[in-house]
Amino acid sequence: MRELASPHPGSLEVTFHPQHRSATAFPSKEEERRYWLLLVTFIALGVLASYGLLMYNNPVPVDSPSFLPVVRRRMTALVAMLIAAVCQSLSTVTFQTITHNRLITPSLLGFEALYATIHTSTMFFFGVGTFISYSGVESFIFQVVMMVLLSLILYGWLLSGKYGNLQLMLLVGIIIGTGLRSVSSFMRRLLAPSEFDILQARLFASVNHSDASFFPLAIPIVCVAAFLLFARSKNLNVISLGKDIATSLGVNHQHSLLFTLTLVSLLMAVSTALVGPLTFYGFLVATLSYQATRTYDHRYLFPMALAIGFLMITGAYFLMYHVFSAQGVVSVIIELFGGIAFIMVVLRKGTL
Amino acid sequence: MIKIENAGKSYADDVQIGPLKIDIPKAGITSLIGPNGAGKSTALLMIGRLLNMDHGHISVADMDVSSAHSKDLAKIVTILRQENHFVTRLTVRQLVGFGRFPYSQGRLTREDEVIISKYIDFFGLSCLENRYLDELSGGQRQRAYVAMVLCQETEYVLLDEPLNNLDIARSVDMMKHLRDASNRFGRTILTVMHDINFAAKYSDRICAMKDGKIAAFGTVEEIMNTETLTDIFETSIEIIDGPSGPVAIY
Repeated sequence: MRELASPHPGSLEVTFHPQHRSATAFPSKEEERRYWLLLVTFIALGVLASYGLLMYNNPVPVDSPSFLPVVRRRMTALVAMLIAAVCQSLSTVTFQTITHNRLITPSLLGFEALYATIHTSTMFFFGVGTFISYSGVESFIFQVVMMVLLSLILYGWLLSGKYGNLQLMLLVGIIIGTGLRSVSSFMRRLLAPSEFDILQARLFASVNHSDASFFPLAIPIVCVAAFLLFARSKNLNVISLGKDIATSLGVNHQHSLLFTLTLVSLLMAVSTALVGPLTFYGFLVATLSYQATRTYDHRYLFPMALAIGFLMITGAYFLMYHVFSAQGVVSVIIELFGGIAFIMVVLRKGTL
Repeated sequence: MIKIENAGKSYADDVQIGPLKIDIPKAGITSLIGPNGAGKSTALLMIGRLLNMDHGHISVADMDVSSAHSKDLAKIVTILRQENHFVTRLTVRQLVGFGRFPYSQGRLTREDEVIISKYIDFFGLSCLENRYLDELSGGQRQRAYVAMVLCQETEYVLLDEPLNNLDIARSVDMMKHLRDASNRFGRTILTVMHDINFAAKYSDRICAMKDGKIAAFGTVEEIMNTETLTDIFETSIEIIDGPSGPVAIY
């Protein structure tokens, strides 16, 4: 019957102008030009901010032998920022696409609570000595494996079951997160003030905690996961139309969802284990990317999210460290702006 | 042919749909009618593999819907539900373009663009094709969704209440387009309908359901009689012969 589907001669007037009519990602040339202009601007600013982070305000002159070690130390922080930007922006955009909701972030699945619980219970049960020595590659692997395992159990159980649905999974994720948070805050109450102080420093997100020895492990993981997400862009475009239409268009929805959520949890776990919890950063990046990219197409959304994410984190660190000399508050600032943006989006849309 | 063999779904002990046994022949428009809760949508969703059946088998063009590859089925059968809501901003043309996904996997070729244009023109959406969906009226949006589904160029097209929320003029327009699509492109269209008169005027066959079972299946003339319809809807329905076919008065 397929031949019946082809146009019958004379049965239908097809006015076709290939130069005008195409279902490309951008409806008009201006939109496309605007996209590329913004993307190039953000990348350039991001590169500028990272150059500033490396070179600006270096306490020693360029010809001094200690110039390079300073740059190398800053380089570590910069690589951590790059990894965090890739992880957070890609996973948030993907997560919002597969959940069909632009207000929720993967942090809802309880990653950050689990991170806080792991660290708090180390301090609580084993004391400050173990806590400080517990920071090698093994601890990184342990944290990542724990976080991915938790989310896979959650997805596997909730998505494959008879009553499996996304809302239920999110709800359970939030409940588990709240539970873990209460447990860890209870343990924190019983700590000595000095122990609490050391712990608190670890629980605030900071790229300067990140240990360069994690990089050989984190970078390949992030690269592979990011590549797989980019490769699935077209699949994600269809998923964004909803389960029913995606299924009707021949996408195995359940399978895609599980695979994509695994990648999201891997990226979130690496980012959280490396720089600590960043709740609103991903949300802020994703929201701005949608504003800057007026298309459904993830092949364009992903690069924009990466560029904005990198610029935001390097820009914030550069301004805070080298212009205002306010060290240690960067994550607070990003979270503050993220929170304000979140409230603005909720108020403007008038609905969750 | 859509072959349904004892397919069923149980929502609760006393709410059972099926077992349904029916063969819906190829070509033409078949309307599914019946009171609320009769299982029309459930049956349609099971055929369109959006709902897993608890027992039985359904095959569309000799492909078992529960075991065949989703990718292969997407070239045979397509389904459109009532409620469609997107978080992303899509233009009409981009939406219709998604109908080519089973063939192009998102990389639209020149031929795909010709086919997309064909269905946009067919539904009279040419001047709206670069508009965003949220800038359209309900009727225009519904036409865009149906255009996407037809653009998939499947032999079988399943529609769940395509006239929902449309006024009379838009409903007539939609049904004329579906009739046209069936005649010109040889599509087999299975649609859930609430308005008996629309079903009678525009379809070739009517399948009436009641209490999760098939109550009657036949040509429009066979189903459109006072006893059958009164029995199915449990309300008095009178059929009179109008100038262009039977008309139900209720």
